[in-house]
Amino acid sequence: MITILRKELADYFSSIRCFILFLLVLLASAGGLYAAYQGIRGAVSETGFVFLKLFTTSGGVMPSLVSFIALFVPIVGIALGFDAINSERYSGTLNRILSQPVYRDSVINGKFLAGMVTLSIMMAATILIVSGYGLRMIGVPPTAEEITRLFIYLVFTIIYGAFWMGLAILFSILFRRIAVSLLSAIAVWLFFDFFYISMIVPAIAKTTEAYLMLMRLSPNTLFDEATMVLLLPQWRGVGILTAGEAISYMLPNPLSLGQSILLVWPQLTSLISLSAICFAISYVVFMRQEIRS
Amino acid sequence: MGKKIVVETQELTKRYDGTTVVDHLNLQIAENEVFGLLGPNGAGKTTTMLMLLGLTEPTSGSARVFGFDSAREPLKVKRLTGYLPEKVGFYDNLTARENLRFIARLNNIGDAESKRLIEQVLEAVGIAEMTDVTVGKFSRGMKQRLGIADVLVKKPKIAVLDEPTAGLDPEGINQILDLIAGLPQTGATVVISSHRLYEVQRVCHSIGILSKGKMVIEGSLDQLGREALAEGRYIIEVETAGVNPQLIKVINEIAGVRRVEAKGNLLQISADIDLRAEIAKAIVQNNIPLIQMKIREFSLDDIYMKYFHEGELEK
Repeated sequence: MITILRKELADYFSSIRCFILFLLVLLASAGGLYAAYQGIRGAVSETGFVFLKLFTTSGGVMPSLVSFIALFVPIVGIALGFDAINSERYSGTLNRILSQPVYRDSVINGKFLAGMVTLSIMMAATILIVSGYGLRMIGVPPTAEEITRLFIYLVFTIIYGAFWMGLAILFSILFRRIAVSLLSAIAVWLFFDFFYISMIVPAIAKTTEAYLMLMRLSPNTLFDEATMVLLLPQWRGVGILTAGEAISYMLPNPLSLGQSILLVWPQLTSLISLSAICFAISYVVFMRQEIRS
Repeated sequence: MGKKIVVETQELTKRYDGTTVVDHLNLQIAENEVFGLLGPNGAGKTTTMLMLLGLTEPTSGSARVFGFDSAREPLKVKRLTGYLPEKVGFYDNLTARENLRFIARLNNIGDAESKRLIEQVLEAVGIAEMTDVTVGKFSRGMKQRLGIADVLVKKPKIAVLDEPTAGLDPEGINQILDLIAGLPQTGATVVISSHRLYEVQRVCHSIGILSKGKMVIEGSLDQLGREALAEGRYIIEVETAGVNPQLIKVINEIAGVRRVEAKGNLLQISADIDLRAEIAKAIVQNNIPLIQMKIREFSLDDIYMKYFHEGELEK
């Protein structure tokens, strides 16, 4: 499996796809920083956590860095996984590898792990770049708690990316054609990001509870809620209030780190289990799939 | 023959969505032999190979390679076998050497040894000058050669080659066939499938003809040839300047002659043993000029067509 992992990593890092993704990451970081530069003066309040504001401040027309990240993490995840298996099948390398003395699962494990490593490097790089430049820009060093919060946020983004990658890998196993698997993964993402949250759920939910429950079926919502709680420490609950309403009703003292983590614990477990389900289905389908095309 | 059997299938059966692709196949392949699997398209050759290699699970029955059950212990089987798929593919962004090194690593071959092996096999298949060129620039034939190098690099005890000469130029075919014919000397058993009968005839010791998933005939080539066309007899073809009934009568009286057929100036004599000397004598004694005489050789085409048609008729 280590051999496959090594090869996949080498592939990712030498591919044009990865280069483009890194460019995207750089652009998003620059955009987020610019937004923070414009808005951070007004955003700094008496609650402290100035450093986290770098990530959550939006300036005028520019959205904040976290909304950039929420947008491109699924894209990166899909881009890393959409052709994992069917491109190998198409090019005829899959049966050559499977006729070597390796377990079938190490092929899929190796690919998944390589994707995770690439994703982690990308996300860690984004956060570190923003932190570094942000530090120069605002001159306020992060506190230990802010670093911990950022780290947990990083873990969340990686798991969120892993979900989309797992879904993309699943489609790459189910569909023989690369275009079909890519389009279906993107369709699922669009569905959750736009239609589900803003059209379908409001249309069918009759009560507040139903609304919340339906919303939380979407991985996008889970991730957004977790982001809010982790990076805006004064955020006291995940409910239906919009950001503006919630902040105006809130007491201006932040939650402790432990309480914030407690608050996002369900989101964390849900995201992990969603990723695990995707991976498990991929695993079972791949193990049973006929090798012949 | 007293040879060790290294590949054996028992009632091997595979069904895909209700159609039986391989039907209760019993097959035995002896060690250090080149075995040719023949049959029309869709006869189940590739599926049989995949089941031997443990790449596809049989619906029922079993396949054993060196005593290991291919479905239950696929890893042990895969350690001993090398497989060249029908449509072989490589990572286009890697060089020939890198592609082979990846396979060597998957087989736990150390880097120092694999370096030596890779150069050796690329030399053997005739693409040594392409070692450090990315496979994306390879032609179809070069990829096919690389595919064979890919099988050889793991030093298999059994090489399973699906259409090994597909896409090669005539020179390449000769080179690869020589390579395949030489494999038994290095201690490998070879299973190949092919449509090109003359190639099979050139390198194979035994053949099996598949039709609709069933083994129509299996055995060594020369034995099969005689059985196929002459019920185990010799067929002697004679061309003379003129045939008369008297001559046919005389030839019929020679001990061992079973049947004489005349077609114009051609006589076709089937006999239990090689009677050329006696027949020549009879013709000359009858004052008929003898133009030529030969024992008919059996080409694989004859065997193939005969058994394949039989297979068709049974349906």
